[in-house]
Amino acid sequence: MKEIGLYIHIPFCKQKCNYCDFNSYVCNDDKVQSYMDALLKEIKMYIQEYGFIFKTVFIGGGTPTFIHYKHIEDIMMEIKPYIAEAAEVSMECNPGTVNEESLGAYRKMGINRLSIGLQAWQQPLQKQLGRIHDTEQFIQNLEQARKVGFTNINADLMFALPNQSLEMWLETVQKVASLGVEHISCYSLKIEEGTPFYKLYQQNKLQPIEDELDREMYHKAIELLKKHGLEQYEISNFAVPGLECKHNLIYWENKEYLGVGAGSHSKIAGVRYGNHRMLERYIEHVDKGNYPIDEKNVIGHEEDMWETIILSLRLNKGLDVLDFNNKYGVCFESKYSLPMEKLLKGGLVEISDNHVRLTSLGSDLSNSVFIEFL
Amino acid sequence: MASDRQKYIRNFCIIAHIDHGKSTLADRLIEKTGVLSAREMEEQVLDNMDLERERGITIKLQSVRLNYKALDGNEYTFNLIDTPGHVDFTYEVSRSLAACEGAIVVVDATQGIEAQTLANVYLALDNNLELYPVINKIDLPSADPEFVKKEVEDVIGLDASNAALVSAKEGIGIEEVLEGLVKYIPAPRGDESAPLKALIFDSYYDSYKGVIAIIRVIDGSIKPGTKMRMMEAGVEYDVVEVGTFRPGMLSRDCLMAGDVGYVAASIKNVKDVHVGDTITDASNPCKQALPGYRKVTPMVYCGIYPADGADYDNLRDALEKLQLNDAALMFEPETSAALGFGFRCGFLGLLHMEIIQERLEREYDLYLVTTAPSVIYHIIKTNGEKIEVSNPSNLPELQEIERMEEPIVKATIMSPTEYVGPIMDLCQNRRGTFINMEYMEATRVMLHYDLPLNEIIYDFFDALKSRTKGYASFDYELKGYEESELVKLDILLNAEIVDALSFIVHKDKAYSRGRNMAEKLKDVIPRQMFEIPIQAAVGSKIIARETIRAMRKDVLAKCYGGDITRKKKLLEKQKEGKKRMRQVGNVELPQEAFMSVLKLGD
Repeated sequence: MKEIGLYIHIPFCKQKCNYCDFNSYVCNDDKVQSYMDALLKEIKMYIQEYGFIFKTVFIGGGTPTFIHYKHIEDIMMEIKPYIAEAAEVSMECNPGTVNEESLGAYRKMGINRLSIGLQAWQQPLQKQLGRIHDTEQFIQNLEQARKVGFTNINADLMFALPNQSLEMWLETVQKVASLGVEHISCYSLKIEEGTPFYKLYQQNKLQPIEDELDREMYHKAIELLKKHGLEQYEISNFAVPGLECKHNLIYWENKEYLGVGAGSHSKIAGVRYGNHRMLERYIEHVDKGNYPIDEKNVIGHEEDMWETIILSLRLNKGLDVLDFNNKYGVCFESKYSLPMEKLLKGGLVEISDNHVRLTSLGSDLSNSVFIEFL
Repeated sequence: MASDRQKYIRNFCIIAHIDHGKSTLADRLIEKTGVLSAREMEEQVLDNMDLERERGITIKLQSVRLNYKALDGNEYTFNLIDTPGHVDFTYEVSRSLAACEGAIVVVDATQGIEAQTLANVYLALDNNLELYPVINKIDLPSADPEFVKKEVEDVIGLDASNAALVSAKEGIGIEEVLEGLVKYIPAPRGDESAPLKALIFDSYYDSYKGVIAIIRVIDGSIKPGTKMRMMEAGVEYDVVEVGTFRPGMLSRDCLMAGDVGYVAASIKNVKDVHVGDTITDASNPCKQALPGYRKVTPMVYCGIYPADGADYDNLRDALEKLQLNDAALMFEPETSAALGFGFRCGFLGLLHMEIIQERLEREYDLYLVTTAPSVIYHIIKTNGEKIEVSNPSNLPELQEIERMEEPIVKATIMSPTEYVGPIMDLCQNRRGTFINMEYMEATRVMLHYDLPLNEIIYDFFDALKSRTKGYASFDYELKGYEESELVKLDILLNAEIVDALSFIVHKDKAYSRGRNMAEKLKDVIPRQMFEIPIQAAVGSKIIARETIRAMRKDVLAKCYGGDITRKKKLLEKQKEGKKRMRQVGNVELPQEAFMSVLKLGD
């Protein structure tokens, strides 16, 4: 039986954040129920037909904890027999949408890793982002999670926010790291089209911060986190060694995963699938007993090589050239001699013990590196 | 002797300003006379290049033969000869006009006469054409036909009492125009028995038949087998086929005095067929060629380079193919330190240049880098030698130059009176010499200026349009060369001169242009991995400096399962953008950088 990662999408939120372009909706309970029914059915279809074993599970959103935990329980009951032993089972949550009871329930149903979306420590910044919680709630929820037995917790943080100073950012990192979380993600804000932020930006009411400050925030955070024992292992991710997110590593190591729920993507046997994004469309397909797949792309040999390169370069351990050559039956060194020469000369990548890695400059300009391999 | 046959022929063209509805009117005439069925009728049949249709202008001439049964009961043959509507193509227009006995002058009922209309009206009068005014767009609420009629009488001095009031768009008044053609345009009066004398007014390349000459037979006749001689080109060919346009080619037994049609003679070289040349019968030649022949000389030059050096041969092939249909396009190989191998190309004017660039990119799928346009400067060296320079890089060293001359044009600008101030300002800024100003009526004036051509090729049209809210119109013709104090302005990136960015400018304007250019380049050159100093210099003197800061950030913060496809598309787009950049030294320059000089403003 095939061992893969499982991603489960819960596309509901109490309200949509100002920067968010994810597939999430603000809905009533009926809608939630019919979506969750469809989701359960989709999962059953895969299990029955393919009999996967899930070595990691990631329940993401949206805000999975915004809906009642019994919905998550239904899903967990269904997949539990197919989850590998000692598998990492993560779930995203937002402060203020959980309490000791629900956290206890989540832990009991088999979820063993929490990812909490804090984003910023300071209230004005949270408000600007359109977050519904405050820092007090975060601290309280964190304590509750510890109490019910979560020993692997991530906090999502954002930097390069409009009106955010370097001091505010470093305070955020400092405070959250001091609370002893095992994992922190630091994302540089990108103003995405179609978000309220984008509209404000177009109206000149939102001033993006300078790239120079963005990078200062980034590099200072790397240092600070290291002092707290959180090592960078991916462009935006930091963990106590050994507690890197195993599910996300599946993406970066270009391995196979199944995504269920509206808008989820899968990569199985060299093919990428994308589910319908719209809830109605998704539910309709599943109701008819069909896989709710909207897009299907066979990933070519070259394309797969490129994905492996750029995804592994995101990781601090870099691209294992020997592995690469074995997997694809090519010689990386000669195939990519031109871009590599250019990138090495520009100080964007480095090579040691058969691994190619981004330099510090390379991680600031990673897109420029990636397109060289296209 | 003029035959009866010719009584029923009308050769005419349509004169109009851009957007005044020339093509739409032509469509209606074609439709009404039933040459094409409704199914065959494509919008604006005459403008058959995509580019022409998009821009609403005619670049290549077309002609079409229409049959019309008039109210007098007779069957008439109308030869509608299309003319390009732009100032760049004045010579082509004058030759098409010479092929006609009359012209319809289309004037927009909402806008009145514009500079181009007037320029072409003068050309038509020079060719002794009978003019028939048509007031178009009378269906529009703001139409004022009576006012426009009066303007036609006052400004052109034409009797407008017989003017047709039409809406080509709505099909109103088309029959009146057709009857008007019968009534007001004279029939040709050629001598069918005289030696052959025919005017070439256009040519194009047909891959099966070779170069096709489009002609108006003035005297005599031409048929397959005729040994024809092109009098200016001095070449002879045996005619293989003659015919008329329906608008597709329709072969006929012969073309006679008064007819408009085509001649094919397996001509391989487009250079043998000159617009304006006279065709005669080699075995029975006419005594004198038709007047008005002129060799076409380009006015504006620029360097065209393939963005990818490997495309050099493809670019040459494409230019050769375009030249088959466009004898006015000149090109010769040149080399630039920054851009590698490319071509210096000569054009009739700015529009002609833009059209060729666009066609190369679109029809031949080439990525191009084009340098800023230049004109031909005359340089008198200290050793007495006289040279012509169209590429700033070829300018001799300062100490070798005794003096320089630049081309000056006679410009005519027509505008509502309220914009006279801003227009004079603009012309002053562009080193213009005021000649005079005439009131066409109480609210409209015509300004005459002498302007250096090199000031016009830098966004003069745009500047004029923005200062007059689009109401002014503009026309020019070459006056001659005048001495001028010119210098070469160089641009340095990373302390190295980029030859393709150099341009020639009047010395009084060097500082401001240098500063503007450095600022402009700072805006259009994207940040790169290192800092790039930009300097503008005249000789060894740096006159402006800017710095492009190094790129600091180019990252995707998030990349998870669902992101990969989308992010890949983003990166592919980024890569595509980079591909269109030109590597100069270690700096990547976008195509706009080379055209920056055009967008400097005043």
